[in-house]
Amino acid sequence: MAQVTLAGQTVEVNDEGYMVDASQWNKEIAAEMAKEQGIELSDKHYEVLEFLRSTSEKGETLTIRKVGKSGIVDIKGLYQLFPGGPLKYSSKFAGIPKPASCV
Amino acid sequence: MKNILILGGGTAGTMMANKFFKALDRQEWQITIVDQHKSHYYQPGFLFIPFGIYNKSDVIKPKGDFFPSGVKVIYQEIDKINGEENRVSLMDGTSLKYDYLIIATGTQTRPDETPGLLGNEWRKSIFDFYTIEGAVALQQFFKTWEGGKLVMCIAELPFKCPVAPIEFVCLAEAYFTEKGIRDKVDITYVTPLAGAFTKPIATKMLSQLLDEKNIKVVPDFYLESVDNEKKVLKSYDELEIPFDALTIVPLNMGSEMIERSGLGDDMNYVETDKETLQSKKFENIFVLGDAANLPTSKAGSVAHFAAEILFENMMNAFENRPMTAKFDGHANCYIETGYGKGALIDFNYDTEPLPGTFPLPGIGPFGLLKNTKINHYGKMIFRWIYWHILLRGKEMPIEAHMTMAGKKETID
Ligand SMILES: Cc1cc2nc3c(=O)[nH]c(=O)nc-3n(C[C@H](O)[C@H](O)[C@H](O)COP(=O)(O)OP(=O)(O)OC[C@H]3O[C@@H](n4cnc5c(N)ncnc54)[C@H](O)[C@@H]3O)c2cc1C
Repeated sequence: MAQVTLAGQTVEVNDEGYMVDASQWNKEIAAEMAKEQGIELSDKHYEVLEFLRSTSEKGETLTIRKVGKSGIVDIKGLYQLFPGGPLKYSSKFAGIPKPASCV
Repeated sequence: MKNILILGGGTAGTMMANKFFKALDRQEWQITIVDQHKSHYYQPGFLFIPFGIYNKSDVIKPKGDFFPSGVKVIYQEIDKINGEENRVSLMDGTSLKYDYLIIATGTQTRPDETPGLLGNEWRKSIFDFYTIEGAVALQQFFKTWEGGKLVMCIAELPFKCPVAPIEFVCLAEAYFTEKGIRDKVDITYVTPLAGAFTKPIATKMLSQLLDEKNIKVVPDFYLESVDNEKKVLKSYDELEIPFDALTIVPLNMGSEMIERSGLGDDMNYVETDKETLQSKKFENIFVLGDAANLPTSKAGSVAHFAAEILFENMMNAFENRPMTAKFDGHANCYIETGYGKGALIDFNYDTEPLPGTFPLPGIGPFGLLKNTKINHYGKMIFRWIYWHILLRGKEMPIEAHMTMAGKKETID
């Protein structure tokens, strides 16, 4: 566990840089995390992040398929928004835990 | 008379029918079980069929052999559950009332969900060993195959028995070595996960193992479609992997009956309390086995441990006592690694697979995350245990809850 400063705010993150407390999140923090990954967040990106946050809040498990069915983007679109690791990155920027695909 | 209705007569449903039949007063309780098929397959045995270690006759028995004679058995496809009316309708138009319902309809493979998978090459050079038909077809294919690129691909998470594809590539490696054509077979393991497995310590051990066996791992590959003409796998981010022979774990989904009943998530798994095993929508509906959306492996061992918890909780519920038994997500899986050896992992919701030893009175200890002969025997003995002890709902000398005894928090 470590503390980092993102968008002028001190937030708690784990070893992999995922936020520990989803309530510390705001859009500016997301933008800064995305920038580090070389991604400029658009409205579409934010729509996905909001969807992930609300789904995660309900305690549901997140899968790429679920995002693909959300009506916001299809799976291909999700890959284009978050190249290299759609769910890995999007959940990081959304301030929620890394989706634990079960063993 | 009160009615317990069990949907699905596979591993989970059969265990519960046996447990309740033994425990409950037959004058007071009627137990009914419904399944669409008459044959019970020992699914862990499918893994061995492609390599001729088992044949179909080694893994099949009539379901009826495992249901106690006082249990009412109906062979019919289930249409849907109407939770408000405590009623289940079957495809033949009849319906059944229940006081308590257990959903144990498992998970099914859905090759139809991936474009191109059911194309011209299906069961010609593309195989699924998660069904009896696929496993038998692959045995035939391997008999005369002269080598090339063998790709094992996992289409999507979650899928049942998450170690099975790793076992498959290990057994394939040994099989082609013994045939003397290992140098002509290039084996690649393709997974949507970030590594060979989900949790860090087990991933480390299994990656080393695959590396030693010269099996390539392609992580983070999310399958979009299969091109039958070019014989390539395509991912959503437009990577391509060529194959000469493809074995696939198709998308796994719960029964469509769950969707029709409005009880499932987007993969048709029933929303279930992970500790009590009660459905989140109805108090008198319980869920066991692969059909539940629990955050642990979909495996027979999980169903077995969970069955003990479910039995206790339902017995409490029958007498209006609080449901005090809590499932911890305990899973215990032997991993067959080829050449007469195997590894073992033991874990739960909170504890990832750790190294050490696993105590088992009379037979063990087994080495955890270690590649040993005794673990292989554990796996082979399991078939006998499955037919004779597990399905019949008898006690096994393993605790339902995971124990830390013998486990070490670090790797040697
Ligand atoms: C290749 C392979 C290897 C495996 N290896 C292992 C292993 O080493 N160790 C381990 O612990 N587990 C292993 N497993 C997993 C194990 O077999 C399953 O987890 C276990 O069988 C789950 O039991 P279940 O009762 O939930 O589902 P199943 O046993 O699949 O039973 C579900 C039943 O429901 C019926 N059904 C479904 N829908 C309907 C409907 N609409 N109407 C009527 N009937 C319906 C089906 O016909 C079926 O009989 C393996 C599985 C596979 C495929």
